[in-house]
Amino acid sequence: MAAAGPSVFLLMVNGQVESAQFPEYDDLYCKYCFVYGQDWAPTAGLEEGISQITSKSQDVRQALVWNFPIDVTFKSTNPYGWPQIVLSVYGPDVFGNDVVRGYGAVHVPFSPGRTSVCENICFRHKRTIPMFVPESTSKLQKFTSWFMGRRPEYTDPKVVAQGEGREVTRVRSQGFVTLLFNVVTKDMRKLGYDTGPPDTQGVLGPSPPPGLPR
Amino acid sequence: MNPKEEKMKIITEEFIENDEDADVGRQKKTSKVQRQKRKKQLLTAGPQEMVSEKAHLGSRQEPGQQDLDTDTRLLSMPTRRGPRSLPPIPSASRTGFAEFSMRERMREKLQAARSKAESALLQEVPTPRPRRLRSPSEKEVETEFGTEPSREIQRTQQEDDSQSYSRVKFRDSVRKSKSKPPVPPGFPSAEEAYNFFTFNFDPEPEESEEKTKAKNRDGAHQEEEEGEEEEPRVQEGVNKTDEEELDGKDAMDFLLGLDRGAEDTVAVRPADYESVHVRLQMEKELLFIPSRRTVPMYKKLPENAQPRFLEDEGLYIGARPEVPCTNQNIMENRLLTQDPGRGWFGDDGRILALPNPIKPFPSRPPVLTQEQDIKTELETLYKKAVKYVYSSQHMIGYGDPPGSFQLDIDISGLIFTHHPCFSREHVLAAKLAQLYDQYLARRQRNKAKFLTDKLHALRNAVQMSLNPAKTPKSLNTTRKAINEYKSEIRQTRKLRDTEQEKDRTLLKTIIKVWKEMKSLREFQRFTNTPLKLVLRKEKVDQKADEEAYEAEIQAEISELLEEHREEYDQRMDGYRSAHQQWKAWKKAQRAKKKRKKQAVEEHSNEEMEEPYPGEDPVKPVPPEPTDRAVIERQVRERAAQSRRRPGEPMLVPELSLAGSVTPNDQCPRVEVSRREDVKRRSVYLKVLFNDKEVSRTDSRPLGADFRVHFGQIFNLQIFNWPESLTLQVYETVGHSGTTLLAEVFLPVPETTIVTGRAPLEEIEFSSNQHVTLDHEGVGSGVPFSFEADGSNQLILMTSGKVSNSVSWATGENGIPLIPPLSQQNIGFRSALKRADAISSIGTSGLTDMKKLAKWAAESKLDPNDPNNAPLMQLILVATSGESYVPDFFRLEQLQQEFNFVSDEELNRSRRFRLLCLRSQEVPEFRNYKQIPVYDREIMEKVFQDYEKRLQDRNVIETKDHIDTHRATVAKYLQQVRESVINRFLIAKHHFLLADLIVEEEVPNISILGLRLFKLAEQKRPLRPRRKGRKKVTAQNLSDGDIKLLVNIIRAYDIPVRKPTASKFQQPSRSSRNFSEKHAASPTTHSPTHSADYPLGQVLVRPFVEVSFQRTICHTTTAEGPNPSWNEELELPFRAPNGDYSTTSLQSVKDDVFINIFDEVLYDVLEDDRERGSGIHTRIERHWLGCVKIPFSTIYFQAKIDGTFKIDIPPVLLGYSKERSVIVERGFDSVRSLSEGSYITLFITMEPQLVPGESVREKFDSQEDEKLLQATEKFQAECALKFPNRQCLTTVIDLSGKTVFITRYLKPLNPPQELLSAYPNNPQATAELVARYVSLIPFLPDTVSFAGLCDLWSTSDQFLDLLAGDEEEHAVLLCNYFLSLGKKAWLVMGNAIPEGPTAYVLTREQSHYLIWNPCSGHFYGQFDTFCPLKSVGCLIGPDNIWFNIQRYDSPLRINFDVTKPKLWKSFFSRSLPYPGLSSVQPEELVYQRTDKTAAAELQDRIEKILKEKIMDWRPRHLTRWNRYCTSTLRHFLPLLERSQGEDVEDNHRAELLKQLGDYRFSGFPLHMPYSELKPLIEAVYSTGVHNIDVPNVEFALAVYIHPYPKNVLSVWIYVASLIRNR
Repeated sequence: MAAAGPSVFLLMVNGQVESAQFPEYDDLYCKYCFVYGQDWAPTAGLEEGISQITSKSQDVRQALVWNFPIDVTFKSTNPYGWPQIVLSVYGPDVFGNDVVRGYGAVHVPFSPGRTSVCENICFRHKRTIPMFVPESTSKLQKFTSWFMGRRPEYTDPKVVAQGEGREVTRVRSQGFVTLLFNVVTKDMRKLGYDTGPPDTQGVLGPSPPPGLPR
Repeated sequence: MNPKEEKMKIITEEFIENDEDADVGRQKKTSKVQRQKRKKQLLTAGPQEMVSEKAHLGSRQEPGQQDLDTDTRLLSMPTRRGPRSLPPIPSASRTGFAEFSMRERMREKLQAARSKAESALLQEVPTPRPRRLRSPSEKEVETEFGTEPSREIQRTQQEDDSQSYSRVKFRDSVRKSKSKPPVPPGFPSAEEAYNFFTFNFDPEPEESEEKTKAKNRDGAHQEEEEGEEEEPRVQEGVNKTDEEELDGKDAMDFLLGLDRGAEDTVAVRPADYESVHVRLQMEKELLFIPSRRTVPMYKKLPENAQPRFLEDEGLYIGARPEVPCTNQNIMENRLLTQDPGRGWFGDDGRILALPNPIKPFPSRPPVLTQEQDIKTELETLYKKAVKYVYSSQHMIGYGDPPGSFQLDIDISGLIFTHHPCFSREHVLAAKLAQLYDQYLARRQRNKAKFLTDKLHALRNAVQMSLNPAKTPKSLNTTRKAINEYKSEIRQTRKLRDTEQEKDRTLLKTIIKVWKEMKSLREFQRFTNTPLKLVLRKEKVDQKADEEAYEAEIQAEISELLEEHREEYDQRMDGYRSAHQQWKAWKKAQRAKKKRKKQAVEEHSNEEMEEPYPGEDPVKPVPPEPTDRAVIERQVRERAAQSRRRPGEPMLVPELSLAGSVTPNDQCPRVEVSRREDVKRRSVYLKVLFNDKEVSRTDSRPLGADFRVHFGQIFNLQIFNWPESLTLQVYETVGHSGTTLLAEVFLPVPETTIVTGRAPLEEIEFSSNQHVTLDHEGVGSGVPFSFEADGSNQLILMTSGKVSNSVSWATGENGIPLIPPLSQQNIGFRSALKRADAISSIGTSGLTDMKKLAKWAAESKLDPNDPNNAPLMQLILVATSGESYVPDFFRLEQLQQEFNFVSDEELNRSRRFRLLCLRSQEVPEFRNYKQIPVYDREIMEKVFQDYEKRLQDRNVIETKDHIDTHRATVAKYLQQVRESVINRFLIAKHHFLLADLIVEEEVPNISILGLRLFKLAEQKRPLRPRRKGRKKVTAQNLSDGDIKLLVNIIRAYDIPVRKPTASKFQQPSRSSRNFSEKHAASPTTHSPTHSADYPLGQVLVRPFVEVSFQRTICHTTTAEGPNPSWNEELELPFRAPNGDYSTTSLQSVKDDVFINIFDEVLYDVLEDDRERGSGIHTRIERHWLGCVKIPFSTIYFQAKIDGTFKIDIPPVLLGYSKERSVIVERGFDSVRSLSEGSYITLFITMEPQLVPGESVREKFDSQEDEKLLQATEKFQAECALKFPNRQCLTTVIDLSGKTVFITRYLKPLNPPQELLSAYPNNPQATAELVARYVSLIPFLPDTVSFAGLCDLWSTSDQFLDLLAGDEEEHAVLLCNYFLSLGKKAWLVMGNAIPEGPTAYVLTREQSHYLIWNPCSGHFYGQFDTFCPLKSVGCLIGPDNIWFNIQRYDSPLRINFDVTKPKLWKSFFSRSLPYPGLSSVQPEELVYQRTDKTAAAELQDRIEKILKEKIMDWRPRHLTRWNRYCTSTLRHFLPLLERSQGEDVEDNHRAELLKQLGDYRFSGFPLHMPYSELKPLIEAVYSTGVHNIDVPNVEFALAVYIHPYPKNVLSVWIYVASLIRNR
């Protein structure tokens, strides 16, 4: 069996949910989970996690820093359904009810590489994902949901990792969450999937909005 | 008052400055003050004051005092400054002037001051006068002393408004005390400046300005304007206040002292100020403000480039968008400074701009206000469809989008080479122009030169080849080559000579025509055309020229000589041979003559004749040798004729339009009228495509030069291959008609010509129009002459040239929009000659390089001909470069590249197939996880099931189903299911907001109120209630996540053991019941039996075992017939295939079996002696009964809570129901009314799953639209009142159509067999019918049809399918009851455990009965054990009644539907019952079930079950007691007949009789037959096989009782026997 070559490839992801920018909110915590296709299976590590509550930093950046580690390993036979990390951020509202402050999702980086902090501070797999929440269907709903602390939520946070059915929703942007990934793959190339040589200096991912901590 | 004095006064007025208003109302006060002053001043001023006072009064109203004599002012001002320079008084200025501009304020102040000062002036007149000429430096001292009085007055005047009279005084005193040396004037000290800001001035805006001005200006040049007069005053005022402060002793001191204190502590610095200029300067450095001036052209263009106006060159330029000139300039300036490159500017020096995108007219149709207009506008007209038949050759393939091809026709202009309005001069001019064009063309080609060069080259070649040293080749070839060269030289020379001659004649003609023209102009004394011919002489080097000329001639001569010599030689040869011949002939002749001479006399006549007809007796003349001189003469003659003489300058004609045209007023009348006529004419062109007019140009006036400029490009969107392109030239004369002048046929462009590459071509046209004109115009088709005598007549026809270009447009991505080549018809061209490349191989051939090369080879193109050069180049490149041009067109020509595997191979790939099937959500593969990477790892058997299913779609499989009928039914069900599934698969991917987002609903008042009420609620109530748990969507769950929680609380009325009434009554040791052990003696079954048991003796030790998906849990053992366990059992749940989606969960068919067992302990002690020392017992368990709850029920109900009747077999050997005990035990006496045992359960799932939503799909219907609306309305109303009550009006039938529910109810005949069973007992018949219905297997719709879609089948379908859920059963039962003559309704409500379900309600004589159609049981209305817990609505055959009573429990409601207050009926008086036809069949036809088949099935089931039991006991031997089995088999039909009642005793007795020496435990199971699997499950759940007593024997009997229509009642008797020893 082993001589015949690998029959699965492995993807090890670790990193952290580094920080967030939610200009209007404080005392937030976040949950993450992975969404992956049918051909994927987690082999080690935690597939989901819930972070501590963090408060805004007192400086001008007002960053919400979690530094919440992610460490999970998947095996798969098929790159289709590549894992996505789904983040949902929660925090108390005016009345102290825990309400959702944002959902967001991003694919785990395809190419292996680690987060490097060099002089120029370039992050290979630094992802800044915009977070959004579903909007209420009407003004009245909005008011009552605000009043009662029961904001509209996704039935399942994993919805944000899929495209189906999203057309019926309206969302509003809330903030950003920055994630760092280190990715190790095994046997991908042996199975014919070439995710490309690691780019030596390019900064991948969406460029973070101005004013974010780098 | 003398004028001087007046002036004086005015001046003083000027200088008296106040912040006060000139208020007349204040005059009183003023005068008062003045009076006081006067008193004081009297001392000094004396009588003068009186005069002044008067004068003041008199001059008060004097206007226009402002215009002052500047001289005096200048003089007097410095002196006056002092008094006026008081700080403005806050209160006064604040009120009036804050918003006034400074100038205005000044003026007003001046006026006010003037009026007030006038009085004072009188007093002061003497004082100011001497001071006039004082210098500014002295003024301060002066002021201090000299102006004291006047100052005082002014001061008081100023302070009038401040209402502080005392202050005036104080100030006066201050002033008096002030005699200190003043602060140096002119400059304000730092203190002053500080004070200026800190002193509580009124924050007037102008103050700071004043201050700045004061700073800026020194005392030297102070007052130049009126407005500036105040400045020094302010300055002084500051000084004053300073002085006041320094005083320190005054009452004011404390006020000012504050300032002083501040002054001490704070470091004071003058405020920074940047002057406007400085600021502007800085701004200029920082900011860039593009100028608005026009940018000079040279800046915008590259160096030394002239602006190029494309429009003038005839190119089309769209209208630029309109931008204001200044903006454009600003932009240009900015661009030039910021971006030094000139990329923004076009050739014409303007900013590049796209044409104006704004259409001149709106593209939307105008909105019409009047309605009738709209109607007329929008009225549609019927036009019969006309089928347009395309001729196939023009039709572009159907696949191509029409109009995707575009032909651009650029019509640049039109030039008439002749026009009727031409004057004679025009004719000549046209001729001249034509000749000149010809000349230019010739010169460009310069054929003569080319030929000359060629000649030279050839001559050289000849020279070279003649040189023997350099020709190693054989002499033969050299000679041959030389000969060839020579002949070529000859030809070339001839050609050259003709060309040269032509050139020369052309030049001559040009000159001649020009001369004619000149003479004509002179003759007619006016000029019509600006044409002017200039002959430029090009000097040539005479000597070189002559030499060249001579050399040329010599060469020619020598060549000619050679030629002649050759010719001569040739001729000489010819001559010689001829001469020889002749000589021979001569000889012969002579011989003849000799002979003849002999016979001369005889043949004299003949002789005479002979020489004449003789062949050639002529003596050949020897050719003359060529004479060089003659040749030379000839050559020179020719050269003189055709060539430029040596030394003669080269004449280069240049035609220009530089000449001036004689203006109209200097022309004769006829000419003027001609010109008028020309002006009236205008020309336009029509563009005809395939003989259809497609567009036309604008009408343009004919210019005086008979040129018309159009400059229009027509984009023809075409989809036919162009057959012809025609331009029609139309001329309009004035306002009369238009005449077609001529037609111009344009050639269809080659496919290689695309827009941008097409050159402008001139195409000539002419018309045969005859026009005679009455003016100077020569007309057309009319003879005219230039000569005065009318000779040498000319007839000219109207003709001209259209300059145009036709090309194919290119699409957006550069693809030319040309119809495919295949569309062209090339055939007709083949007939043409092949000399021309285009005509021989067709235009399309030009793109085919191979063809072209072939043609070039065939036609021996001269590769050196410069005309052919580009062609040859092209061919060379094309043929060498291996460029392969495919002869077909492919849309995605690169697709092949990307096909890395062929399609067959791709299809063969198992992995690919698996992936495809999974993505198609084929059920077998929907949840296939981890599809292997390699094909080889995918086993072929993966697909086997799927393939088999596909194959078996139409093949009925009988293996799994014992009975063929069931098999067909199953197949049919499967098909219905598939179609439904396919339908729902689509709906599944259709999401609603609620599917994705959880959102609280907007609370209404009641909920809000409730919430408010809740706020006041206790946080931890004493009696907590169950709260709803959060529901979990099932999709992200996995194995082990879901648990089934079964809470077993208690049971009632469990059967109790009964001592075995065997023949051998004496209890043997070993077989003694453990519990009975303690009993004194076993007794027979008797009512007194309980008495035998002492207190607390256990009659039964029941425990509950829950089995679900083969997982078994059991409770502890309780004691007694009414045990209470209160235990929670947790069972894991596994979804099929690990698919936890809603649809999958819905279709879980598993049941939860809750079995009640009795734990029996048997003493297994072999030896009595050991009894004292140890206890050896064996635990046996005896099945007592079970409750079966389908998982789907739990799934949809979320929780099941209630007391259920235990399904106890009709015969339970060894047990009996001890009713008395229960009564004695004091349990609820009501319960004892109904027989049977009960168990209280609570079942739920953890976590709670969200049941699938019903499919949101509107089904089509055949119902009346009105009815449907009414149903919706009814349902909405009901839902509003009682949202929890079920209200059903329409249902969906098997074909997916909405049907009104009452259509399902109709009396239907039950099987005759059942009716005849109890002819006299209607109640028994009803029960039998209900039993029959209950025997039809139950299959929930959710299981059969994935998704929560309740499909109702009609009764015949139901009977055919032999499967259905509550509704079908209920409908059938209701229909049977109706046919039995009962009053029956369908009850829609909630029951346990089913949830929303359908029951049947019948009305007996006095009471109502509620029938459970699935079990066949019936309950009275007030039966507490009735599983029906709430009633939503009743449905009859003709109406629906919704329960609007307060309660919905059947116990508490009134079933009288006639009461409208209790029941809301659907059909009422407002909506009467329309008489809906039923969907049910007229009559049900029952086939008698094949008994033999049933018997066969019975045997098979028995066999299978036996095998199963043996399988379940792998470690033990399973013995079958045949005797017992046969006994049981005989007994089962009895059970069926009696429906399991009242047979127990007989049966027991019989059993005992036969199996006396066996301890027997067993029971019959009764089930409807649907499939084998439930039977096996049921047997398994009893746990009979679990007995592991070594000598156990089993008995199993199956009986199937066939009812009509293949309804089978299955009885399974399972028993275990242990032989008593």
